Amino acid sequence: MSAQIGKPVGKKQAFVSELLGRSDYAIIGEIVEPNTKVLDLGCGEGELLEWLAQTKGVDARGVEISGAKVQCAIARGVSVFQSDIDAGLADYPDQAFDYVILSQTLQEMRHPLQVLREMLRVGRRGIVAFPNFGHWKVRYSMLTSGGAPRTPLFPHAWYDSPNIHFLTVRDFENLVEKEGIQVERRFFLAGNRKVVTLPNLLAEVAVYLVSGR
Amino acid sequence: MIVTANTLRFDALSLDSGATIAAVDVTYEAYGELNPAKSNAILILHAFSGDAHAAGISPETGQPGWWDNMIGPGKAFDTNKYFVICSNVLGGCRGTTGPSSINPATGCPYGMSFPVITIGDMVRLQAMLLSALGIERLLAVTGGSMGGMQALEWAVAYPDRVVAAIPIATTTRHSAQQIAFNEVGRQAIMADPNWDAGNYYGKELPGRGLAVARMVGHITYMSDDSMREKFGRRLRGKDAFGFDFEVDFEVESYLRYRGSQFVGRFDANSYLYITKAMDYFDLTNGNRSLAGAMEAVKARFLVISFSSDWLYPSYQSQELVRALRSRNCDVAYVELESNYGHDSFLVDVAEQSGLVRGFLASTFEKLA
Repeated sequence: MSAQIGKPVGKKQAFVSELLGRSDYAIIGEIVEPNTKVLDLGCGEGELLEWLAQTKGVDARGVEISGAKVQCAIARGVSVFQSDIDAGLADYPDQAFDYVILSQTLQEMRHPLQVLREMLRVGRRGIVAFPNFGHWKVRYSMLTSGGAPRTPLFPHAWYDSPNIHFLTVRDFENLVEKEGIQVERRFFLAGNRKVVTLPNLLAEVAVYLVSGR
Repeated sequence: MIVTANTLRFDALSLDSGATIAAVDVTYEAYGELNPAKSNAILILHAFSGDAHAAGISPETGQPGWWDNMIGPGKAFDTNKYFVICSNVLGGCRGTTGPSSINPATGCPYGMSFPVITIGDMVRLQAMLLSALGIERLLAVTGGSMGGMQALEWAVAYPDRVVAAIPIATTTRHSAQQIAFNEVGRQAIMADPNWDAGNYYGKELPGRGLAVARMVGHITYMSDDSMREKFGRRLRGKDAFGFDFEVDFEVESYLRYRGSQFVGRFDANSYLYITKAMDYFDLTNGNRSLAGAMEAVKARFLVISFSSDWLYPSYQSQELVRALRSRNCDVAYVELESNYGHDSFLVDVAEQSGLVRGFLASTFEKLA
């Protein structure tokens, strides 16, 4: 597995990272082509979508379960509808979007594989970002504490964690191969830095651009 | 903001039933300024018992409009920015032609000779009004309850004239329960001996029937929570039960008051005609599916429902949203938390205002 590194992070992308406080957003900003149609699953208050709409002129839509967050998103002019992701995709026609984004939400899904398949039915491409459970700090935490790992990326106690499926970079690679999902680009991040080697050990967050068979 | 109503007359209106009404008046109010590009017009659509007086202070009654908390300078429908219009619906009794209007052919009120009307007919008349005002395209159509039905009808019937639609606390068609409540209201009116097959004009009004109809309506507009909060089991002006059938409880007093007050401002026959129009409304008309009915829709949507609204429950809004999504329409949806039941869209407007303001601003920007 070779880590393909995209173009250097431009000024705008650094800006979005600072603005939104999420390094994966910078990568997503780099991937998404201008004037495309984007659906963000679990879009929160719509910060990413608003930024994509303003800087790339994308037709931005979102799904979010929290009513309070949906309100914020709509109030900032983003078309978000309140629904859970598992149910929210079913109504869309095939290939309705250029990109479907699932940013650090896959590990919270009840049926992650179903969501992945639906993403690639509804969108021509999927952008999947997830926290890497294989990061050395996670391994170290578990090895030394003997308890469920707690790291800056996985700060929750086991009983109140939103994360219900823990996956690593290797797990995701295995899954996409088994499912016949094409990986068009992959990015690995530790903090705001890109990780070039040993991503399963060194990456805190992985971002994949994938497409259907 | 003191506002005045205007009335326009049209020679004829053809109806979905095939009938035609000659000489139709439409009463409307307008707030703010139409911009030179005529791109900032918003049509407000009133609910069942509303009227054209949506905002500002009426010089005759001194009363604020029914959505004055949403429409005005700096408010959600910002009249510093948008040109806002609201007209009384066809079949109404507040200036627009309805069963209490004089039939030019007979010189007498129409009564039950008034043809049965539909939400589609109401919208067709509004479209004629807007054309007469020189407005070809609306930035937004919006309303709650029956107003939301009209907003939906606008988006389907006039896809090129609607940039955005904001249907609130509404449905694409009445359920059996909603029809049932309307039928109770109609039967209460028709059971009043004074109703006299609708020929009560100039005579004693069918006030008791109309009041009972309104009492039932008010119950459906509130929620269990809001009624408990507002009335509980408190007694009205007494410390003990009267052991008679005069008013004991606050809630009885309230309903009687609202019922009798309604008789002074609403026509019983309008009640019959307008509730029938609501019951007939079905956006899927002539289509196998709701999604099929949405085929021509071009507007972007903001759909709002309320958690405690059991008259127009959220599932009905969600059905609409799903149909719009299946057509890949641009749709935002949220269920707002409120205890005020169906009335929420009129009284609990803080969060609703934020949504509408942001949605309108982004719609207006995209247009520019």
